[in-house]
Amino acid sequence: MAAAVALYTIPAVDQHRENSIISVSPNGGNVESFHINLPMDRVMVGAPGQASPLPRALEWPEDEVLAQVSADIFKIRNARDTVVGVAARTVAKEDESGVVDWIIHLPARGSLFVTMDPNPQEGAYRIGPIRAGTREFEPLTGFVSERWVSDTSGAEDEPAGRIELSATYVGRAEPVE
Amino acid sequence: MKYIVAAMIGFLAGVTLFAAAVAYNPFVGRQGVSPLSITDAPTVTLGFSAVASGSILLTNNGESRVDPYPEKVAWLWEKSIRQTSAMVTVLLDGRNQATGLGIKISSASEETWLFSGRALVDSIWYVYLPGRGAMFIEQTENYWNYLRDIMLPAYRSSANTWTGVWLGNMTSGPGALRTAKVTGGSGEFAGNVMLGLESLSVLAWRVDNGLVAAEGRLIIELPSESAADDE
Repeated sequence: MAAAVALYTIPAVDQHRENSIISVSPNGGNVESFHINLPMDRVMVGAPGQASPLPRALEWPEDEVLAQVSADIFKIRNARDTVVGVAARTVAKEDESGVVDWIIHLPARGSLFVTMDPNPQEGAYRIGPIRAGTREFEPLTGFVSERWVSDTSGAEDEPAGRIELSATYVGRAEPVE
Repeated sequence: MKYIVAAMIGFLAGVTLFAAAVAYNPFVGRQGVSPLSITDAPTVTLGFSAVASGSILLTNNGESRVDPYPEKVAWLWEKSIRQTSAMVTVLLDGRNQATGLGIKISSASEETWLFSGRALVDSIWYVYLPGRGAMFIEQTENYWNYLRDIMLPAYRSSANTWTGVWLGNMTSGPGALRTAKVTGGSGEFAGNVMLGLESLSVLAWRVDNGLVAAEGRLIIELPSESAADDE
């Protein structure tokens, strides 16, 4: 009986949670910032014909169909510089346009799917709508921007730079009854 | 002292008996046929290797049964991502030819409740098919039948191995009919919300390194407009 009670009450899975750091945007919506320190947060750099893949032993497929496709996997950090999730960025060249897509997975909260405009905006950043969200992000729309920020401190142990991702969440409008 | 020992033995025996009763409960975890397995609607079917060494990359916390691949890939060891794994793989068409790239990220689900046969994993897929477009798949997978039919027998085997033929649908939601939600991102899939299913075919599993021979399959039901275009 005691064993049954113990098995019943002890949770099988308990994901670690970091507090969300969200601010309110003046023009509506909530803003949350993430970043990726490079090169330390890189898990994979995969592209056709690259001289130095990451990890070293990575064998990127040589299939012709993937000749224009590259992908990166990163650990993603919150504003306190704590790792909170895993993200993947895929870039592909199509005939007339391109694809720059992100998936962002925060285990304790949910995931986001973002399709960036492949053309950078003025100010050297990209932006794209949140196409889908899961769990906590399921009822939200909004957009995410990406920006590369080089490290200018010159310190030896600092990252070379960071990819900043700024997510703006907006609740979906519900029809008035 | 003898009472403490007796209590410990009793507790362990209780846990074992209770776990066995849950594991072999015939009313728990039996899965029916997925609607996508018998749909008349046109579908996209994508195959992939479910074995780590058959993928481009697989990483986890480095302490899991499945070793990260390839060598020296960074592990997901930080507290927030310790129960997460990421896989990058080539997706194959029906003729076993490369047709796209798939990225899967999975985390153990807090909705897991073994009492009711729910060994759940929250997972997402990013699927890119050059020339066709990109899709995002969100799903909850249930590994209960996999645990019971493959892993438990492997642990009981003197060779610590399970061999046989096992085919199971892993997707158990979020769709009411145990389907995944698929969102089109670009190309011919843009703007569409579709249904999906992930299944697994296993031939061999070992206690020390997990899947030895296995293939996965993604089925995505296309909306009727795409169907008309295909025809």
